[in-house]
Amino acid sequence: MTLAVFFGCAFIAFGPSFALFVFTIAKDPLRVIILIAGAFFWLLSLLLSSLVWFIAIKASNSQDLSLQRGLLIFGVFFSVLLQEVFRFAYYRLLRKANEGLAAISDDDGSAISVRQMAYVAGLGFGIMSGAFSMINILSDSLGPGTVGIFGDSQYYFITAALMTLALTLLHTFWGVVFFEGCEKSRWWVIAAVVGLHLLVAGLSLLNPLYEGSLPPVYVITLLMGVWAFFSSGGSLQSLNALCTCKI
Amino acid sequence: MIRALRSDYFCLAESKRACGLVTSRAPASRGALWAFGFCHLLLMNTSDSEEDSYNERSALVQSESPTIPSYNQDHDMSLPQETDTKRRRTVSSGLVEPGPVEREQASTPDGEEEELTLKYGAKHVIMLFIPVTLCMVVVVATIKSVSFYTEKSSQRLIYTPFEEDPNSVGQRLLYSLLNTIVMISVIVFMTIILVVLYKYRCYKFIHGWLILSSLMLLFWFSFMYLGEVFKTYNVAMDYPTLVMIIWNFGVVGMICIHWKGPLRLQQAYLIVISALMALIFIKYLPEWSAWVILGAISIYDLIAVLCPKGPLRMLVETAQERNEPIFPALIYSSAMVWMVGMADSSNPDSTDERRRNEGGARAQEGVESEDDAAQGGRRRYSAEEELEEDRGVKLGLGDFIFYSVLVGKAAATGGDWNTTLACFVAILIGLCLTLLLLAIFKKALPALPISITFGLVFYFSTDNLVRPFMDSLAAHQYYI
Repeated sequence: MTLAVFFGCAFIAFGPSFALFVFTIAKDPLRVIILIAGAFFWLLSLLLSSLVWFIAIKASNSQDLSLQRGLLIFGVFFSVLLQEVFRFAYYRLLRKANEGLAAISDDDGSAISVRQMAYVAGLGFGIMSGAFSMINILSDSLGPGTVGIFGDSQYYFITAALMTLALTLLHTFWGVVFFEGCEKSRWWVIAAVVGLHLLVAGLSLLNPLYEGSLPPVYVITLLMGVWAFFSSGGSLQSLNALCTCKI
Repeated sequence: MIRALRSDYFCLAESKRACGLVTSRAPASRGALWAFGFCHLLLMNTSDSEEDSYNERSALVQSESPTIPSYNQDHDMSLPQETDTKRRRTVSSGLVEPGPVEREQASTPDGEEEELTLKYGAKHVIMLFIPVTLCMVVVVATIKSVSFYTEKSSQRLIYTPFEEDPNSVGQRLLYSLLNTIVMISVIVFMTIILVVLYKYRCYKFIHGWLILSSLMLLFWFSFMYLGEVFKTYNVAMDYPTLVMIIWNFGVVGMICIHWKGPLRLQQAYLIVISALMALIFIKYLPEWSAWVILGAISIYDLIAVLCPKGPLRMLVETAQERNEPIFPALIYSSAMVWMVGMADSSNPDSTDERRRNEGGARAQEGVESEDDAAQGGRRRYSAEEELEEDRGVKLGLGDFIFYSVLVGKAAATGGDWNTTLACFVAILIGLCLTLLLLAIFKKALPALPISITFGLVFYFSTDNLVRPFMDSLAAHQYYI
C-alpha cells in the first residue's frame, strides 16, 4: 500500500494499452474517435447490465447472502452477454460509417479499414473495461491500509492488475476476431468469442484461488493473440520478415 | 481591500482562511466595491453569454446568414466573384464549406465536399477534445487534492440566494429550483443587456467590461487558487515572491488574451481561466442547485440558439450585418490565421460566428506587418496547406466551464473515480455527436445540450447503479 504498489500495479494494468494507444492510435484523429466511441459503447453495456442487476437486487431479500451472491454471478454473465451484444452493435455502426466514408471518397477507399477499426474498437472496449475495474483499486492502494486483514489474500493488488491486463488484451483480440467473423459471416467465430468471454468471466469466479484463474486466463490470452494475428492477415512469412528485418 | 470587497459584495463571511495570505486592509470604498461587484456580475454573465454566443458561433454554418453564400445554391454563382474575404469566410465556416478546394476544382461535387467535411471533421473534433480534456484534468486534479474547493461553507453567491437545507428533501428541491430560476434570469437579463449594448454600438463599454472580467479572473481568482494550493501542500511563501508571480501571470495573461501572444500560451491561459471559473462554480453553488442549473442552462442554450427571437441569435445577426467580430477575448481557438489579410473592419466576421480560424481579433487589432508577411507567405502555400491552416476551430469558454463543472462535481461528490471517468467519456461523446449533427444538418446548433445531457445521465446512473455493481465485483474479484 505505497507508491511502489500504486505505480507497479498501474503500469502492469495499463502499460501495454497505453503503449498501444501512443504508438498506434494517438496520431490519427479518426482512430481516437473510434476508440472513445468504443469505450462509450462498453460503458452503455455496463450501465444496462448494472440496471438489471440493481433491479434484481432490490427485488430480492437482501439478507440472504447466497442469493445475493447468486444474483451477482448472474449479473456477471448477463453483463458479458450484453457486452458482446454491444460489440456487435458497434460493429454495425462502424460498418455504416465506413460505407458512408467509402461512398463519398473519390479514391475508392475509406480512410480506415474494417480491420483497423476492429482493432481500435477492441482496444476501446479493453481500455474502458480495464479502467473501470482498476482505477478505484489503484486509488485505494495509495492510501493507508493492510491488505487482507480479514483473512483475504495479500496478493489482491497484483492479481487485480494482472487480470486487468489480461482482460484488456483479450478485449482487443476479441474485437479483431469478432469483426472478422462478422465480415465473413462466420457465426461459429462469434459464438467462440462469446463462449471464451463467458469462460474467462467464469474463471474469474474462482478468485481468490488465483492458481485456478490467472494461468488459464493467460493461456487463453495467448491463444487469442495468435488467433487474432492470423485472422487479421498475419502469417508466418510476415513474422519471419519482421524478425529478419526485411519489412 | 480585497478582503473587505469580497465580504461585502459576495455576502460572505470570511471563512477560516487563516493567516497567510490575507492581511488587514483599509476598508473598501463604495465605488471600488461596486466596480468589483459589477465585474463579477459581468464576468458571470460574460462567460455564459460568450458561451451562448459562441455556441451559436461555434456551430457550423448558419444557413440564414445573409453574407455567406449557401454552399449548395450559390457557389457556382459566387465563385467568379469570390474575393479573398468571401473565400475566407466560406472557408472559415469550418467543417462544412471548403472554400479554397472549391476554387481549385471548378465544379466540386457534393461528395468531395462531404468527404472533406468528414476528414477535417475528425481533426477538428480532436482539436477540441484536447483542450476540453486538459481543462477537466486540471479541475479534477484540483478537486481531488485541494480540499478547499470541496469544503462546504456558508458562503454563497448572490445568484443562488436560497440555502439548501440538507434535512428536508422537498424543501431542498424547491430551493434548488428557485436558485436555478434566479441564476437563469440573471443570465438572460445580462445577455439582453449585452445585446442592447451591442446594438447601440457601445463598444468601449463592452470592451471595458471584458477587460475587467478577465482582470478579475487572472489576478484575484488565481491568487485565491495559489493560496489554497500552498496551504494544501504546506508551502511557505512570502508576499514579495507571491506578488511577483501573480503579477507576471496576470499581466502576461491579459496581453495574451486581449492582444497578441503565442498561440499555445493563449490557449493555455484560456484553459486555465476556464478551470478557475469552473472551480469557483463548484465551490459556491449548492449541491442540488448545481445539477439543476446545469440542466437548465443546457435547455436555455437550446432555446436561445434555436428560437428565432433568442437574444443570441439577434446578437449574431447584428454582428453579421455589421461584419464585425464579437468579443474576441473569450473564445478558445485552436489555430492561428495569418491570412486574414484584410486590415479593415469589414473583415469577414461572420468568421467569428462559427468554428473557424481566429486571428480575426488579432488581425483587427492591427497586426499589419503580420498580415503583409502572411499575405506573401500565404501565396506560396498550396491550397491544401491553406485549407489545413484555415481549419482551426473555436469553442466558447462557457462550454469549457460547464463541462468542467459537471466533471468536477462528479469528482467532488463520493470520491468514486468510475463516475468521473464515465462523465468524462459521456461529455466527449456528446461533443463528438454535436459536431456530427452539425455536419449533417448544416444548421447552427448549441454545444451544451447533448454533452450535458449525456453527462448528467451518466453521472446519476453510474453513481447509483454501476457503483454498487462494480464495488461488489471488486470485493469478490469477479471480472466481467
